Amino acid sequence: MSQAEKNHQDHQPVAKNNDYAGLMPLTLFLAIVAAYASLLIGWVVFPMLLYAKYEQPINFNHSLHVDETGDCESCHYFREDGSYAGLPGNDVCTGCHSDVMGSDPEEIKYVEEYVNKDREVDWYVYSRQPDCVFFSHAAHVLKGEMECETCHGDVGAEESTRPYYVNRLTGYSRDIWGENISGINNHDWSALTSAHAGEDDGEDGHGEGGGFTMKSMKMDDCADCHLHMKGVEREGCFVCHK
Amino acid sequence: MKLDRRTFLTLGVGAAAGGALGISFTPLPWKMTDDGSIWTQNWPWTPVPPTGEVSERETVCTLCPGGCGVSVRKVGDRCVKIEGTKGHPVNKGGICLLGLSGLQFLYGPSRVHGPLKRIGRRGEGNFQEITWEEAIAEVAEKLSAIRNAGRPHSVACMTGPARGTVPALFTRFMEAFGSPNVFSNQDSWDTHRQVAKVMYGVDAYPGFDLENASLILSFGSGLLDGWGSPVHMLAGYGESRKSSARPQTRIVQVEPRLSLTAAKSDEWVAAKPGTEAALALAMAHVIIKENLYNKNFVAFYTRGLTDWTDENNRPQVGFARTVLENYSPVKMAAITGVDPQTVERLARQFAKAERPVAVCGRAQGDQAGEFHTFLAVHALNALAGNINRPGGVRIKAADDEAPAWPLAKGDSTSRAGLKRPRLDAVPVRRYPLAENLPHTFADAVLKGEPYKLEVLLVAGGDPGYFLPASSKVKEALTRIPLVVSFSPVYDDTAMFADYILPDHLYLESLRDVPSPPGLATCVIGLARPVVDPVYKTRHAGDSVLEIAKAMSGSVAASFPWGDYEECLREAMGDKWGDMEDQGYWKEQAAAPSWTETFGTPSRRFEFCPDLPQGGGRISVKPKAWVAQPLGDPKTHPLVAVPIQSMRLENGTMGAPPFVVKCMPDTVLEKDWLVVEVNPRTAKAYGIGDGNKALLSTSLGQALVMVLHDEGIMPGLVGVPAGLGHVGYDRFLRGKGANYHALSGAVEDPVTGNDVAWGVYASLRQA
Repeated sequence: MSQAEKNHQDHQPVAKNNDYAGLMPLTLFLAIVAAYASLLIGWVVFPMLLYAKYEQPINFNHSLHVDETGDCESCHYFREDGSYAGLPGNDVCTGCHSDVMGSDPEEIKYVEEYVNKDREVDWYVYSRQPDCVFFSHAAHVLKGEMECETCHGDVGAEESTRPYYVNRLTGYSRDIWGENISGINNHDWSALTSAHAGEDDGEDGHGEGGGFTMKSMKMDDCADCHLHMKGVEREGCFVCHK
Repeated sequence: MKLDRRTFLTLGVGAAAGGALGISFTPLPWKMTDDGSIWTQNWPWTPVPPTGEVSERETVCTLCPGGCGVSVRKVGDRCVKIEGTKGHPVNKGGICLLGLSGLQFLYGPSRVHGPLKRIGRRGEGNFQEITWEEAIAEVAEKLSAIRNAGRPHSVACMTGPARGTVPALFTRFMEAFGSPNVFSNQDSWDTHRQVAKVMYGVDAYPGFDLENASLILSFGSGLLDGWGSPVHMLAGYGESRKSSARPQTRIVQVEPRLSLTAAKSDEWVAAKPGTEAALALAMAHVIIKENLYNKNFVAFYTRGLTDWTDENNRPQVGFARTVLENYSPVKMAAITGVDPQTVERLARQFAKAERPVAVCGRAQGDQAGEFHTFLAVHALNALAGNINRPGGVRIKAADDEAPAWPLAKGDSTSRAGLKRPRLDAVPVRRYPLAENLPHTFADAVLKGEPYKLEVLLVAGGDPGYFLPASSKVKEALTRIPLVVSFSPVYDDTAMFADYILPDHLYLESLRDVPSPPGLATCVIGLARPVVDPVYKTRHAGDSVLEIAKAMSGSVAASFPWGDYEECLREAMGDKWGDMEDQGYWKEQAAAPSWTETFGTPSRRFEFCPDLPQGGGRISVKPKAWVAQPLGDPKTHPLVAVPIQSMRLENGTMGAPPFVVKCMPDTVLEKDWLVVEVNPRTAKAYGIGDGNKALLSTSLGQALVMVLHDEGIMPGLVGVPAGLGHVGYDRFLRGKGANYHALSGAVEDPVTGNDVAWGVYASLRQA
């Protein structure tokens, strides 16, 4: 290698450093754009990708049925052994709907597709807890005298079923985590209920984007009471994870 | 600006840093962490219990003859758990491994889902689905054709167990159809019954009041290995070992192998197999010689202990003289391998015990036993005077009364058919007490004598697996033009069938469960459906009713019932009320007194009974009291003996997946059958522990793995029975080898039944 070439080489880095110094504003700009993009992805795109949306097989009007029956327990009752029946099956529904009673297309669909064909409706259950959780309705409702609405919201006021969102990864209902993707929930169902009562201007009438945060049903929510509420302190893991 | 490598990296790092900063202010990473962990807990193959109303339904288990009451826990329509019914008179809330695995039969892969017709070769297991209407019509049509051709006798039926209304319906069908060829299993309880006929003069299955016995002398009975009603036995054993005020029951086990029963007994006597009669008579020798027998009972309620003169004034040699002259413990030691002092000590213990009882029926008792052994054992009980006494032998009122049905109708065809000799007529004629000899079935079919068999109806018992020389049975099955199986599962016989008309599984069907063997009290159970049929199956009783109705004429007229339930109610008569209310009918009568017990002409217990129909006095020559295995000891110097355990063989069904999973590697090592050999014997043949070897008998051979075990007598090869199925599911099929394929029948000189306790075998390092 000649001396000239060597000098040229030695000189190079200095010139380069000067060239690249000008890159900093652009780099900063890109970083800010990327940060905004990430925020957008994390807060908006991610929830859209994470949850699949399903409509219930029958659009059910809770409000109408509560008016007719007067309470939740007529359909969501406790069995003789104290266990909770959960969602009613055809055996309960056909108490009234063995034949079509009105002109509602959803009722006609129910009778024709399910009652006549002796099929049970595969309802999506918003509040189904994972199999690893033992939950007794009797302990909470009968002994603890809690209202259904405390955990489920005022479902009885709903005039139509809201869509069911399922987490594609875990298979759990979105209601477990809560609608707010941040996981910060204010434990208030009122916005949800009013949206369904038609008093909210949610985009599709189901209260989406209505600005409310609904109560979640994750372990921390249970623990809120179990750890802190006076007289309830049952904090052992095996209270729920038998 | 030049976009070179450095520029690109700088901008890239900047954007990544911005993105990372941004994303960390969104819920995405935290939510993904949470969801990711949840995802790992929800694999799709993890079973999740169903949700629904929890209920409990009671029925009776029929996976073995034990007759346990079981409670099935259901969630919604799904059965999720089987438990023993609390307070049930048989099992008292207990349950065995097989019983609690029953749901794996109900929902498992071994079930036949609907009526099938064979399309492949026999044994290939290639079937096509057909409708029930087609199945019934086709079978009925084929049967009608044979009947109309005047060959009704060329149809045979294997009912599996002999007792119960379903076997009775099949028997009735054969009677109306016009065939004498009904075969049923012959087990040790049939031998007990045959002995009861001649010694007690009663046609009944004897039971044993083991719970109240103070000493149980068991001649090879696997009391804790599935003998009698298995869970009843285990419960009784547990009770007897409690440290309560009552003295514990002493158990003496005579067996050539350290079985579970032998290990749990108070004393294990390793007598040579097949010599139990000689050992029992040597004990009788001591008891008589030392005057230790129950004088009151023997003097007033028995005949034949001492010499007597018969009705024709001819002097007769009594049991005592024969035994005293021929069966001294010293003389018998050479035969039994048990030293005379032990025999004397045990005999004295037995005679002096407060409530002693001697039992027999090898292992699970599901095979007929040597008539002479049973005679000797019942003679020991008579010497102890324990007949119909607490803790002794209980002669029950017949618990197998024929169903109270009107007689089957006949016509000229059926009358002619029924007059034809049975397939086993020739061997039956050779033996004074022979009734039905299913082990001769394969030979009769293969030889085509006395006539060619055209149809076989298999109602139960899986003869293709359980009959001795089962490979020969399978060959016979391929020769029969029409084989119809009623099995609810793909058992080994069903694989060879032309039609499978699947029965409901026990949890789906209604039927009577005959009183479990060995119980002191008769308890007839009622199995009731606890779940709707999972598949398109039909009750075997209904299937046979429909086949009969499709045949019209006198066959149809013999089945006047609308369905099986109707004829079951009629059969049970006044027992039905209790059965419906509590799930079982229990005998309430107390044991009859000694004056009322015996139905022999002398109204006494006969020590030296005569055979019926002038068959003469039963031989007491020593040679007859030692049973030999099948084969030639010159070519096959060892003796293979079956090992029965509650985990594996139960005489009815193959093992479900959970049971196979629970098999220790001393029974099944991967797919290898593990045989037990005494280290001394194994070393003589140069076979190390865990080595593979070829086990051969005159009937077949199997590759096995050899386990050195001090617990088995030298010269024997212990072969776990219950493996080597060709049917069932992937969890059982092809695992191990079938003992029954290696072993052949040895006929008892009196009953003609297969009483083989072993088979000559050889072992060669593989």
